[in-house]
Amino acid sequence: MDTDHNPDSILVKANGVGKQVNGPGGNLTILQDVSLQLASGEVTAILGASGSGKSTLLGLLAGLDETSSGDIELFGTSLNSLNEDQRAALRAGKVGFVFQSFQLLPGMTALENVMLPLELAGVSHPAEGATEALRQVGLTDRLHHYPGQLSGGEQQRVAIARAFASGPKLLFADEPTGSLDQATGSRIIDLLFQMREQTGAALLLVTHDERLAARCDHRLQIENGQLESSA
Amino acid sequence: MNTFVLALRFLRRDWRSGELRLLVLALIIAVSAVTAVGFFTDRVEQAMILQANQVMAADLVLSSSRPVPESFEQQAEALGLRTAHTLSFPSVIMHRDETQLVEVKAVSRGYPLRGELRVRTQPSAEEQSVTEPPIPGNLWGEARLMAALGLQPGDQVSLGETNLALEQILSRDSALGNSFFRLGPEVLIALEDIPKTGLVTPASRVRYRLLVAGDQTQVEAFQRWTGSRLPRGVRLEHLSSARPELRNTLDRGSRFLSLAALVAVLVAGATVALSTRRFVERQSDTSAIMRCLGASQSLILRVLLLRLLLLGLLASLLGIAGGWLAQYILAGLLSDWFGGTLPPPTPWPVLVGLGTGLITLIGFTLPPALRLGAVPPLRVLRRDLGAPPASTWLLALCALGAMALLMRWQAGDATLAGWVLLGTLGTVSLLLLVAWALIHLLRPLRHRGGTLWRQGLSGLLRDPAMTALQLSGFGLGILAMLLLVIIRVDLLDAWQRTIPERAPNHFLINIQPEDAETMGEFFRQQQIEQAGIYPMLRARLTRINASPVSPDQYQDDRAQRLVEREFNLSWAVEPQKENHIVSGHWWDASNQESPLFSVETGIAETLGIKLGDKLSFDLAGVPIEAEVSNLRQVRWDSFQPNFFVIGTPALLRDHPTNYITSFYLPPGQEALLAQLVKQYPSVTIIDVSAIMQQIREIMQRGSLAVEYVFLFTLAAGLLMLYAGIQASREHRRQESVVLRTLGMQRKGLIQAAGIEFITLGMLAGTLASLCATVTGWFIATEVFGFAFQPNAWTAIIGILGSGIAIGLAGVLATWPLTVQPPLRMLQNR
Ligand SMILES: Nc1ncnc2c1ncn2[C@@H]1O[C@H](COP(=O)(O)OP(=O)(O)OP(=O)(O)O)[C@@H](O)[C@H]1O
Ligand SMILES: [Mg+2]
Repeated sequence: MDTDHNPDSILVKANGVGKQVNGPGGNLTILQDVSLQLASGEVTAILGASGSGKSTLLGLLAGLDETSSGDIELFGTSLNSLNEDQRAALRAGKVGFVFQSFQLLPGMTALENVMLPLELAGVSHPAEGATEALRQVGLTDRLHHYPGQLSGGEQQRVAIARAFASGPKLLFADEPTGSLDQATGSRIIDLLFQMREQTGAALLLVTHDERLAARCDHRLQIENGQLESSA
Repeated sequence: MNTFVLALRFLRRDWRSGELRLLVLALIIAVSAVTAVGFFTDRVEQAMILQANQVMAADLVLSSSRPVPESFEQQAEALGLRTAHTLSFPSVIMHRDETQLVEVKAVSRGYPLRGELRVRTQPSAEEQSVTEPPIPGNLWGEARLMAALGLQPGDQVSLGETNLALEQILSRDSALGNSFFRLGPEVLIALEDIPKTGLVTPASRVRYRLLVAGDQTQVEAFQRWTGSRLPRGVRLEHLSSARPELRNTLDRGSRFLSLAALVAVLVAGATVALSTRRFVERQSDTSAIMRCLGASQSLILRVLLLRLLLLGLLASLLGIAGGWLAQYILAGLLSDWFGGTLPPPTPWPVLVGLGTGLITLIGFTLPPALRLGAVPPLRVLRRDLGAPPASTWLLALCALGAMALLMRWQAGDATLAGWVLLGTLGTVSLLLLVAWALIHLLRPLRHRGGTLWRQGLSGLLRDPAMTALQLSGFGLGILAMLLLVIIRVDLLDAWQRTIPERAPNHFLINIQPEDAETMGEFFRQQQIEQAGIYPMLRARLTRINASPVSPDQYQDDRAQRLVEREFNLSWAVEPQKENHIVSGHWWDASNQESPLFSVETGIAETLGIKLGDKLSFDLAGVPIEAEVSNLRQVRWDSFQPNFFVIGTPALLRDHPTNYITSFYLPPGQEALLAQLVKQYPSVTIIDVSAIMQQIREIMQRGSLAVEYVFLFTLAAGLLMLYAGIQASREHRRQESVVLRTLGMQRKGLIQAAGIEFITLGMLAGTLASLCATVTGWFIATEVFGFAFQPNAWTAIIGILGSGIAIGLAGVLATWPLTVQPPLRMLQNR
């Protein structure tokens, strides 16, 4: 993969990252010696079979979990030296997430779900920003609906609005279309790419859809916890 | 600031989404129950004191052997208090040539200030309640007097130098309790008639009383005012100096009410504990997402705690309002029984309600809530990751601490709170232990039996922590309800039974030794039940150990009066049946020839007498001395002859003595008393039926109040049941979706839920009835001093009732899950 980026524009950088867990059958290596980087504005796809370790890698890169070996730099800060709270502070307002299972809070309306990152970032009128984000994903008429009252595609659109609401530089998406039918899935992907284009955020996309990967700047293949090839 | 705004926003969302409704409802019921109990018991206790005051016919009485100085009456009136005068003395009534010793009581208009007078126009007529005393020229006398003199209403009798018309038969004078040792039947006349009788001269033995009644604060002000101004010989009588049997009754009554409140607190706690768990579970997702989006642990915690605090306040305020309303309705229902109106409640219960709400919420939610900050953000990727479970010890300690605090506070009685707490603790430990054992025992069974049975059992096993929680919640709730049954059925009855139907209502004193022998025969012939006959000697306490005893040594006015007056001593080989040795040992053959005393615990405490002290008495000029070998608890409300101090036979047997006995005289047989006096002219008859009647009424009203207070416990218990079933709802919803998608039929699902909940209910019921019986036994024997007979019905109701109730509730709660199409539920997550 390219290495000629301006170091300031590198948002995520992994160096020989490994992850082991103590499973029921002894020590299990999930990831081994993974190195990669993601520059601002870039779109990278991580491909791999089920169980190959894609979600684990994504979680590590976002600082949601700690590595067993190697180091990850997020926005130029080494995560190894940070505790859970400091890692969270690093993410605040700058990172967005989209998940396969949407992860909307069932007790909050669409609007409130989208407001959440803005509220946490201390934005003064969170409802305005959130309404705007929901307008962009085409849900202006569903602001006050609860997730349970929305279809899967609509829920994922709310999740996308939430991911972009705080204007993040970096977006993590873990199989955003995994729970959706083909047609809805591709509309969601279009929306995701279109929003990313507008905001210029970098995107790390986990998928096992080859066609989707083809739309990305880079693709990383992961197999048995190791990066196989890049393009 | 940001935290506060966030907390408010979240709270609004929680509220709208129904997330916290169960928790809030539980808290509201808890607080309502406690405040309703608080307000109501507050008022009832005040009413009970008022009722007790009826025994004195006033709130406060000044009594003296000379007229009470006028300044006292003026001060009382200046304070806005009502006053009345009475004057009483022994005298003789003459009719034709017959005479009868009577206790004359002359009263002013307005008597009685508290309570009532009950009269009959003819011996066979209905009793009527009147509030005005006899008018001048008339006399009211007891049935005994009529029997003794063969009087008919309307007859003229002479008292001193005047003639009066016997107008009414007096069946009850509130203030009879005051003149406990009456020598003859009472006659009531108007104060204005006294000069005409010529009986009251400076030399005569007359007791003057000034009666005072009114607002509590004014009565207290008056009491303070009199404090230092009481001249020598003027005595202040108030409730605490009333008869010990009455004091006993009131104490027990208010203990029952505290117990009712305690049980309400208990159920409330269990409910909150159950509904918290679901809330915390739901909050895990919020916390994980917030962490992902960059929120710090401390922010998450602060927002959560602030929410809980606001919630607690809100729920408490609503609960207080509810409690206030509820007690109003209750008081309205009960006002008849409390003679018209209850005094208004004091504001204290508001504080109790607020405290209860917050302490309950914090005690049960804090440990799990504190863990929410530690939910790993990775939960968004891996659902199995949750908050590390709160340490069971911390959880238990916190909940227990909160309970202990509340109970101590509610009960105002450390022993009672201690026993209830111990019972709760025992039950919870037992429940947890059994839940743990059950999960291990059932696991292998899961693979046997049919699908339904397997499904039902695996319902219990799918989440051992949840099952343990549900079992403890149900168990506690059932424990509370069974305690209710035990208290209602067994304890209240035992209380009322402390004065048996045919309890002695007359005492005979001054029985000469030679009469003592034949008197038993007399009663047998008349077919009258008679308690034992006991020697009675009058003596003055002179020294405790080396130090001489004098009234000024004691602060307490009860102690002062005890020292001033002569004690009734007795001697015995065996302790009386209703007496209970608290410390030391009663004498036996080895030491009953030594000089020893047994002292009643109450008087020992008042006068500071300890085991091993040497007491000296002056027995009609003869000094006697002996060591205290045991302390004895006496049930004064048993209406048996009882003594403060009893000596060994060796110590007292050879001194000149009289005897005392008590017996039950069935109503309508007053003529027998005249016969008794004729045969044994030296004896004095004391009639205690009036005070006994009053104590019985206080008990009845007290029991009724306790029952009503328990309605709240019942409501809290039902909510707890609901909360317990709702706790596992989320699980069951998911499970039923999967099972139904896989083709399980609705009937099967419901049957499986039935098996699960009936098993849970019967198990909780079995354990709870065991614990309720043990707790009930301890409360009965240790706190109230009753004998307790375990009632098999309690166990049967406990086990079957809770199996059916919980099973039914579980099925009803599962029903909607099976009626909706699985797809709808998949979407509704
Ligand atoms: N904490 C853990 N303990 C045990 N095993 C784990 C743990 N975390 C992940 N694994 C295992 O590591 C492997 C990789 O998991 P991961 O979720 O990263 O896969 P994935 O590539 O995202 O798969 P999918 O495409 O199905 O989502 C899996 O076999 C998983 O079971
Ligand atoms: Mg995955």
